[in-house]
Amino acid sequence: MNAHHSISRRAALTGGLAAGFLLAFHLPLRAAVNEPVQPRDTTDGKFAPNAFIRIDETGHTVLIMPQVEMGQGTYTSISAVLAEELDADWSKVEVQHAPPDDKLYGNPTFGLQVTGNSNSIRAWWLPLRKAGATARAMLVQAAAAEWGVDPASCTAAKGEVAHAASGRRLAYGTLALAAQAQTPPKDAALKDPRDFVLIGQPLKRLDTPDKVNGKAIYGIDAILPGMKFATVAACPVFGGKVGKVDDRAAVKLPGVRKVVVLEDMVAVIGDHMWAAKKGLEALEIEWDEGPNAEITTKDVWDDLRKASRKDGAVAKSDGDIAKALAGGDKFEAVYELPFLAHASMEPINATVHVKPDSCEIWTGTQIMTRVQSEAAKAAGLPIDKVIVNNHLLGGGFGRKLEPDMVVAAVKIAKQVDYPVKVVWTREEDIQHDVYRPVYRDEITASLVDGKVAGWKYKVAGSAVLARWLPPAFQKGIDIDAIDAAVDAPYDFANFHVEYVRAEPLSVPTGFWRGVGPNNNVFAVECAMDELARKAGKDPIAFRKSMLTKNPRMLAVLDQVAEKSGWGQPLPPRVGRGVCVQPSFASFIATVVEAEIDDIGEITLRRITSVVDTGIAVNPDTVKAQIEGGLIFGLTAALYGEITIDKGRVQQSNFHDYRMMRINETPKIEVIVVKSGEAPGGIGEAGVNAGPPALRNAIYAATGVALRRLPIDRKLLAAGKKA
Amino acid sequence: MATVLTINGETKSFDAPPDMPLLWVLRDILGMTGTKFGCGIAQCGACTVHVDGKAVRSCVLPVSAVENRAVTTIEAVGSTPAGAKVQKAWLEAEVIQCGYCQSGQIMSAAALLAATPNPDDSDIDAAMAGNICRCGTYVRIREAIKQAANGRQS
Repeated sequence: MNAHHSISRRAALTGGLAAGFLLAFHLPLRAAVNEPVQPRDTTDGKFAPNAFIRIDETGHTVLIMPQVEMGQGTYTSISAVLAEELDADWSKVEVQHAPPDDKLYGNPTFGLQVTGNSNSIRAWWLPLRKAGATARAMLVQAAAAEWGVDPASCTAAKGEVAHAASGRRLAYGTLALAAQAQTPPKDAALKDPRDFVLIGQPLKRLDTPDKVNGKAIYGIDAILPGMKFATVAACPVFGGKVGKVDDRAAVKLPGVRKVVVLEDMVAVIGDHMWAAKKGLEALEIEWDEGPNAEITTKDVWDDLRKASRKDGAVAKSDGDIAKALAGGDKFEAVYELPFLAHASMEPINATVHVKPDSCEIWTGTQIMTRVQSEAAKAAGLPIDKVIVNNHLLGGGFGRKLEPDMVVAAVKIAKQVDYPVKVVWTREEDIQHDVYRPVYRDEITASLVDGKVAGWKYKVAGSAVLARWLPPAFQKGIDIDAIDAAVDAPYDFANFHVEYVRAEPLSVPTGFWRGVGPNNNVFAVECAMDELARKAGKDPIAFRKSMLTKNPRMLAVLDQVAEKSGWGQPLPPRVGRGVCVQPSFASFIATVVEAEIDDIGEITLRRITSVVDTGIAVNPDTVKAQIEGGLIFGLTAALYGEITIDKGRVQQSNFHDYRMMRINETPKIEVIVVKSGEAPGGIGEAGVNAGPPALRNAIYAATGVALRRLPIDRKLLAAGKKA
Repeated sequence: MATVLTINGETKSFDAPPDMPLLWVLRDILGMTGTKFGCGIAQCGACTVHVDGKAVRSCVLPVSAVENRAVTTIEAVGSTPAGAKVQKAWLEAEVIQCGYCQSGQIMSAAALLAATPNPDDSDIDAAMAGNICRCGTYVRIREAIKQAANGRQS
């Protein structure tokens, strides 16, 4: 019976393996793609207790990653969680990308194999600990059976089972086959967090050694025998189509192989990217621009402002908001946020080989199974004939939650019988993104005795979730767009949040690192600073008076005040600004110190952030994510805006869609609070902290209450007042 | 006529148009994918390589301009003293996140240290401001360059 159980379990997991090759990312892809599929009926001497763990007879321990690595450090953190309960030998751990399989690797929160919303650790914390603990118990059972002792008298550590009474030890590798035959226990005990040896340690990342020497393989690095290279031009106007294409000059160019005309995009395939680019430049394309060819940024804003006048769907309402707003000292403000592009450093790409009865894809995606199913539709093949090989992502930031680039690459590859690597130029990447939506956030509040007595917050903007995960869009409310609006950290007795769905004219929208909270945290924290000033109070003291029921937030705020030197004198036109933020189940307080010169130019002087993210699986990764997230958010505050003219995106590359650089980066101190609470999310939190903290520093330094991003320097020249 | 280049000390011979940027020769003809494409207009630094020891952006450098010059890429920079120190410091400071820009960052930092063994903050800014990191690892890049420089003195 045991054997039968084991075989069916093995079959289940190797079925998953057969759906796609597991690529060890330390191996160059081109060597790994030809590895044979593991036979369905054997684990080749491996202990394979579940979809995540493989231990061979040498003790080599392969951990299979249900979430994708795009810089956030999740491969190391997920491995630490698994290895902790497995009591694995960390030095023998190797990480592999998972194949597409929602059943085995679907994110428990979404039911889809997706990496996003800063939830890798939150979603997998218990399932992976259980997977590790179950595997460990089977190894212990196998050793106990071998020795004829009670499993309870055995211990495990660093890839070995030990029996203290007799001094015997067996390595996991030696036990692999016997463990495979064990019946998994139903409820293997999880460790007491006090006994953690890996979780909570600043373990060195597993993915970085190959990133210092060019060996790491991203999707864009896929190389296949006989592969050609393509680049694309999509209709510059959203919703437009290809009209006429004259390719007579292009096809004569050396190295150009084929011109492929799709409905809304033209591709040139060549012997290398240079030939493809030259070919594309030589095309004469007449676009059928469609109905959106005259749209401008002003039209988008006029439309959003008009839409936002109506009442929204009520997301939360506590107390009597009408009565509260009728009394006290009234405050009203509107905050507006621009479109933003993702601009991952790795430009959009996908490599595809379509054969008559199969389609194989090499790319880096945050949404494996959707890529597989959408590619199947485009290829006209059943899903099980589509193999997706995931890779390291050169940044994702939400852009790679979309399958569009893979679908387009499949349509191109269908036209030829060889593999094609489709790489978008940076210009196409920026001009054919799904953009962080424009948002209009209206806050109405009243002050009584120096505290907020009523708080009404109306969010107007795109419902990304309604497109991306329709079942999650209920009762007219996009729970992402109002996420940190309903979860405001303060005690507001009369509290009302509503949402107006307003899709921007013609411009496609998508998730952008920080997601919904990046509009909410900005609006809430800007309004709180303006209310503090209205109440004649210090911004931190004002916030603290309304955080009495939120001890974790209060603690990080107190600590950031101390560490940032809050209250200490500053030179003229230098200010400190604070942001308090409850996003992704983490508690974060941040102070930015900035100087604004006489012409309004901004110098960041210092940033201090204190974070309570519960148990920090890897405290150094938490620090790194806050440091980098801050820069990502501050880049947007300082420079980020996608504008539209004649239905087209006006920005095209890093010269006009600017990024912060090292010379603009101040000292950043991140303090990670020790906590025994369940882990929170961290990959996006820093993004949301930067813009309001900087804006509030500018408010402190100049008295100008900015209410739009990006920051308009013209408003900040000496002598200007809001 | 075949183009002949010396890359990482090895002679490579291939057919390429003379105006083809070195980046695409490396990646698409020679299969050396450690050097990255980021912008194509020398704005981001992801494609940085060394030509005769100097950091250059290979995405705008015609291959014909580097014949008879020594090209070093990320795959071999570890065999130079400055490159090895930079790689080591990068791992010790745990600089890297997604890593896509880091080939270019490391090439720029190695060229800086080879020319300026003890860079101050303004030297670092001058040498590294051409390299964009979207993950925002700049604080640690600065720290790692200083670590690498200190390691050099000892």
